[in-house]
Amino acid sequence: MDLSLPVIHIQSIYPQMILVLFAIIVVILPLFVHNLKRELLALISVVGLVLAYFSLINLWGQNLTGFNGMIVGDNFSIAFSIIFLVGAFLAVLLSLNTVENEYLNYSDFYSMLLFALVGLLMMVSSTNLLVIFIGLEILSISLYVLAGIRKMRVDSIEASLKYFLLGAFATGFLLYGIALLYGASGSIDLVEIGKYIQANGFSGTFILAGAAMLLIGLSFKAAFVPFHMWTPDVYQGAPTPVTAFMSAGVKGAALAVLLRFVWTIAPLSKADWTIAIWIIAFLTMTVGNVVAIAQSNVKRMLAYSSIAHAGYLLVGVLAGSQLGQASIMYYLLVYTMMNLGAFGVISYLGNSNKQENLNLRDYRGLGFKHPFAGLAMAIFMFSLAGVPPTGGFVGKFYLFNSAIQAGYLWLVIFGVMNSVISAYYYLRVVVNLYMHEPEKEVAVPKASLGLSFALLIAMVAVLQMGIMSSSYFEFFRQAVIAMP
Amino acid sequence: MVPVNYYLIVAAILFALGVLGVLIRRNALIIFMSIELMLNAVNLTFVALARHLHSIDGQIFVFFIMTVAAAEVAVGLAIIISVFRLKGTIHVDEINLLRG
Repeated sequence: MDLSLPVIHIQSIYPQMILVLFAIIVVILPLFVHNLKRELLALISVVGLVLAYFSLINLWGQNLTGFNGMIVGDNFSIAFSIIFLVGAFLAVLLSLNTVENEYLNYSDFYSMLLFALVGLLMMVSSTNLLVIFIGLEILSISLYVLAGIRKMRVDSIEASLKYFLLGAFATGFLLYGIALLYGASGSIDLVEIGKYIQANGFSGTFILAGAAMLLIGLSFKAAFVPFHMWTPDVYQGAPTPVTAFMSAGVKGAALAVLLRFVWTIAPLSKADWTIAIWIIAFLTMTVGNVVAIAQSNVKRMLAYSSIAHAGYLLVGVLAGSQLGQASIMYYLLVYTMMNLGAFGVISYLGNSNKQENLNLRDYRGLGFKHPFAGLAMAIFMFSLAGVPPTGGFVGKFYLFNSAIQAGYLWLVIFGVMNSVISAYYYLRVVVNLYMHEPEKEVAVPKASLGLSFALLIAMVAVLQMGIMSSSYFEFFRQAVIAMP
Repeated sequence: MVPVNYYLIVAAILFALGVLGVLIRRNALIIFMSIELMLNAVNLTFVALARHLHSIDGQIFVFFIMTVAAAEVAVGLAIIISVFRLKGTIHVDEINLLRG
């Protein structure tokens, strides 16, 4: 009997192991040391993030596959993981704002945040649907808890319930899709399924229904239209740092899985599966932007804006090229920066515990009173709208460019039109900040050092990615998946 | 021996019943039970296919689905209890603070 031991390469999951370790430390430490300051817990979490970052950098370029092919440590997964780490880092800093600590149990908060991050990393670093599913569930279950972590507040727990019910519902679809794909191809590995589809064509009940259900499941998680209904409610009700982390992280992970799947069947004739994604991308952009105009609550407006941005990112998926992949990663990094920054300003200016200062009207005249937050918000809004010289502009340029090269001219035209629509509601925030007299005296709580630091980082990064975009883009070009 | 198609059809019917339950029932607990029904339909599909394909992957997948479902139950029931404490109801139509 030929006995060959599988190659483990345990270093391929060092980042995840480090994060799990720190998540456990953060949740256990308060049991032994009383009266721990939450700054210390945040610091421990940041140490974990930094260590995970270095272990990721260490894996760069090695193309390790661990656990007999279950874990893929290619540059693609590392690049996505780094983006998620940046997002989690900013979310930890955001959570340090002094006013939000009411009802918030910080050790649970940081440990759940780190666990969610582990889920994200697992999701992007495998082509095996079993591992992807487990990563997704680690992520989702942590996020259900995080959304409702202010458990004495009705809006927070309501957001949590809605997210939980719809998330679990979506999981059912995702699993059924996996089961059907498995039935057709006999494998639960995306690459193997892709090979089967290439050999037998993108046809047959099992493959078509399976792929559709997989797409539905991922669309729920990434909030693509028409599976976006939960997004505004959950984003509004969840604590601001959680919303910020969710908006960038979950989207990115779902897109990474979608990219891996699409890439394996990309050489196939385009007509079959691209129509579905074309329609979803178009609807997601349009519905997100049009409904965002009608919102008066800034957090809710940003929720719809995040739906619209998922649509822009889908344009890159549709391109089905390595250029498209690099563009998606670039835009996701910019989006993480500007979106977490925008949510940071929201928690800077408002006390979201009491649902104050969340209305656009409350922002009137605050730009001159709080020059730092005002400037930051202006930059993030310009970037979200895609105004040069910010990173948001360059990111959209790369995305649309990749789609044009793949021949999707009309979708790009709709995308640009959407971008124009979105400028209206983004700039309305800036107008309210600077060009209106305040209606009433708005008490703005003192911002913490960590929050200001996070805003500074995000601001600098958004501008730097706009001005010196090519070095970032080159980095992401090395991270695309190789030709199958 | 019962052909694999029969199992798949039963599973598909169970899945559809689960989806229907989620869509038309208004009690959070019943919705949650319907979701569990969907997951079990998937389990049945996996087991049937694993036997049909003579492959072990499907059966292993079922164990993971059951484990994850158990974790989800723990978190989900906790959330539902919290909602009941705050609002005194778990009727989803009455949980409508966030809208717009």
